[in-house]
Amino acid sequence: MGLTLGYLAFIVILPLSALVLKAAAMGPAAFAAAATSPRVMASYSLSLKTAVLAALVNGVFGFVVAWVLVRYPFPGKKVVDALVDLPLALPTAVAGIVLTTLYAPGGWAGKALLALGVHVAFAPAGIVVALVFVGIPFVVRSVQPVLENLEADVEEAAASLGADRLQIFLRVVLPSLLPAWLTGLALAFARGLGEYGSVVFIAGNLPMKTEIAPLLIMTKLDQYDYEGATAIAVVLLAVAVTFLLFINGLQRLSSRRGAAV
Amino acid sequence: MSLSHQAVHVFPLPVSRAGAESSAVRRVLVFVAVSFVALFVAVPVAAVFAEGLRRGAGAYFAALRQPETLSALWLTGVTTVSAVLANLLFGLAAAWAVSKFAFRGKNLLLTLMDLPLAVSPVVAGLVFVLLYGKQGWFGPILSEHGLKVIFAPPGIILATIFVTFPLVVRELVPVMEACGTEQEEAALLLGATGWQVFWRVTLPNVKWGIVYGVILCSARAMGEFGAVSVVSGHIRGVTNTLPLHVEILYNEYQFQAAFAAASVLTILSLLAVASRHVAEWRAKSAETSRKDR
Amino acid sequence: MSIEIKNIKKRFGDFTAIDGISLHVPAGELVALLGPSGSGKTSLLRIIAGLELPDEGTVLFEGEDATLRRARDRGVGFVFQHYALFRHLTVFENVAFGLRVRKAGRPSESEIAKRVNGLLDLVQLAPLARRYPSQLSGGQRQRVALARALAVEPKVLLLDEPFGSLDATVRLELRRFLRRLHDEIRVTSVFVTHDQEEALEVADRIVVINRGRVEQVGSPEEVFDHPATPFVMSFLGHTNIFHGRIEGGKARLGSLTVDAPELSDASAVSGFVRPHELEISRTNGKPGGVWTTLVHANPAGALVKLDLSDSEGRPLQAVVSRDFFRLLEVRAGEALYVRPRSVRIFAATSSEEPLSFLGEAI
Repeated sequence: MGLTLGYLAFIVILPLSALVLKAAAMGPAAFAAAATSPRVMASYSLSLKTAVLAALVNGVFGFVVAWVLVRYPFPGKKVVDALVDLPLALPTAVAGIVLTTLYAPGGWAGKALLALGVHVAFAPAGIVVALVFVGIPFVVRSVQPVLENLEADVEEAAASLGADRLQIFLRVVLPSLLPAWLTGLALAFARGLGEYGSVVFIAGNLPMKTEIAPLLIMTKLDQYDYEGATAIAVVLLAVAVTFLLFINGLQRLSSRRGAAV
Repeated sequence: MSLSHQAVHVFPLPVSRAGAESSAVRRVLVFVAVSFVALFVAVPVAAVFAEGLRRGAGAYFAALRQPETLSALWLTGVTTVSAVLANLLFGLAAAWAVSKFAFRGKNLLLTLMDLPLAVSPVVAGLVFVLLYGKQGWFGPILSEHGLKVIFAPPGIILATIFVTFPLVVRELVPVMEACGTEQEEAALLLGATGWQVFWRVTLPNVKWGIVYGVILCSARAMGEFGAVSVVSGHIRGVTNTLPLHVEILYNEYQFQAAFAAASVLTILSLLAVASRHVAEWRAKSAETSRKDR
Repeated sequence: MSIEIKNIKKRFGDFTAIDGISLHVPAGELVALLGPSGSGKTSLLRIIAGLELPDEGTVLFEGEDATLRRARDRGVGFVFQHYALFRHLTVFENVAFGLRVRKAGRPSESEIAKRVNGLLDLVQLAPLARRYPSQLSGGQRQRVALARALAVEPKVLLLDEPFGSLDATVRLELRRFLRRLHDEIRVTSVFVTHDQEEALEVADRIVVINRGRVEQVGSPEEVFDHPATPFVMSFLGHTNIFHGRIEGGKARLGSLTVDAPELSDASAVSGFVRPHELEISRTNGKPGGVWTTLVHANPAGALVKLDLSDSEGRPLQAVVSRDFFRLLEVRAGEALYVRPRSVRIFAATSSEEPLSFLGEAI
């Protein structure tokens, strides 16, 4: 117990409180100025928009992937199942350079998309692509176990009561998956908001246009602007903590629902 | 990040499920799912190798044999092993405390332990600069004693431990909770001491949880980029981990060498994912074959 | 080894699990702690084992205070409700565990093998020694748990709902097995159960527990035939309850009147009659009975359960032998004269005062 708390304090609590105290020492005016300058605001807005968009893409496709993996037999299923975990294990820098190479104007995918007039690399769309990649496991792995534990007899009961397939899906399956799905979305979003490695290569990093908030922290650090970096970091930390609490709440809700059945 | 290990192995369901979808709907859904995974995961992975081998196997291996690549690989290895060991020890202690005892503030503790997963890696790196950097809290004391943490391997290890902090605990807590306390009580009543209970009963029961946690933790530790990038200082041959080295090569337009180095990391992460799935599959089939006999 | 429990109290938060229990278990006896779920019987067992500490009171083993003794030093064998077998060890290794973890005086490998195989013979599991718990049936697991607890030669054997999660036939078989085993090894044993039949069949003595208190201690015959409280009366088998009052030495219980000369007037009393204590006839026999209508006859094995209803529509239950039922030649809707052989009268139900009076119906 003591060991646990000591280690936790040393590795997590002490460093994070250093951050908060540093911000507090700046004074409210300096903090507000550093945390809300136009360039910083633009980076928040970009991070937020791309993270939401990527989470939604994963919300839709991740759900389909989880559904297919649980419900249908098909050749190569084990490989697909394993590949879903890969974005968690693959170093983000590797993801970053390979996605950039693929989607750059000269790359395989980039060429095809450019022909359609879509710029991906060095544009906000590229950031979304990178965030979709890193976020894939979250929705799938949140929904999958709940879907597996969903008893067949509940659906059979609904069918015996005269519900058709769509009604069963909308009224029985979806409501019980909702907390898990939202958890997955929130996790993917939180990851997207803080993601750095896979994005820096593909984003192009133009101030006010394609500069995400974590990158701006990095830039400020390179200029030895510790206060500026700290201010942005505190804002990101606050959002992260809020989301963590939200996710924990959701998981408690979903486990309570699971227990009540 | 609920990567509970029960999640992954999937039993095919009988096709006769009540009101199951028509085969056309199934085919479309399977096609969508497979294409999505292929497009976003399989293709990029294949591209890493294609780019790395673009100038042939000779150039590929020449790139890997550069001394800077080798020293980066070495640092990545040291960092990974340290982070895994530290978090494994802590993970066992913490999971044990959390799952076997009821105490006030347990939920707060669990939330705090999850925090590193939600924090941006760049922020994770920054907090260690603020603590141990030149202008940081402990900076003056450290430099007095001639110790260097930031822009040195210790900082890289610390930042990596922070980022991978929850991964082992998260695997262990559910497994330990599922085991309950009865087996341990039984062992105590049979005369076992606390250590004997831990080694002979608790540990064997969470064996697979440890395996999964260590695999996940290793994969993340070797690949950590953002946090390490902040604290490393990018000193070639000294504080460059493999992911940072990949970045440097890429930014110097040495694309083929960058992808060659990246392919090493990719192979390691493929191995991690594969071994995890194989372990899961074996754990499960061992369980079912015992039941069947 | 004898066990002495003195004024044990235990609370979990706001819930009082044990509210002052004292109890003596003589060496070599097989005692049942019988009570409904939540009555505190499992908590008491865990306190004896040293798995919980009491808030108040003492536990003495052979006259020595063992309240604070560590669980592993108590020499107690414990059989868990869900067996708690070590899933990663074979049957053999499960039984050997207690011998292997011994610090001082660990037996040699050959001795361990001898002891374990002897125990596996005793519980008739020798052929399954190499199996894992997940390959065994519930009854087999239970016997492994028993052998494992016995391997350390405990001075006390404690069993928590030992037959609780087994199906009916296995249950019956294991009950007899436990009784025979106890007759053979004579180790002081305490088992917890909520099944009165189980307690009546297996135990030397029964301790009836309700809401953290002891209601009665006695032999199976004593608690069944002479229940000390309404709770014991109704927990050990079905009863018919008649409500009424005492007036001038007579208990007036609805349509029944019972002589009760020793009881002073009381406004609210209840009379309890077991179904098999009701005399049934087609004619008006001895006085003191009531006329009822047969609602339904339910043949259950050698006995026939009769659902009756008195003139005011109150339900009554009686049990007669099958042969006797045939002699009655009665059909649903026909009248039957019912007379209790004996009535136990308690001050109105739920009150703790036992008036405990056995009256003959008049």
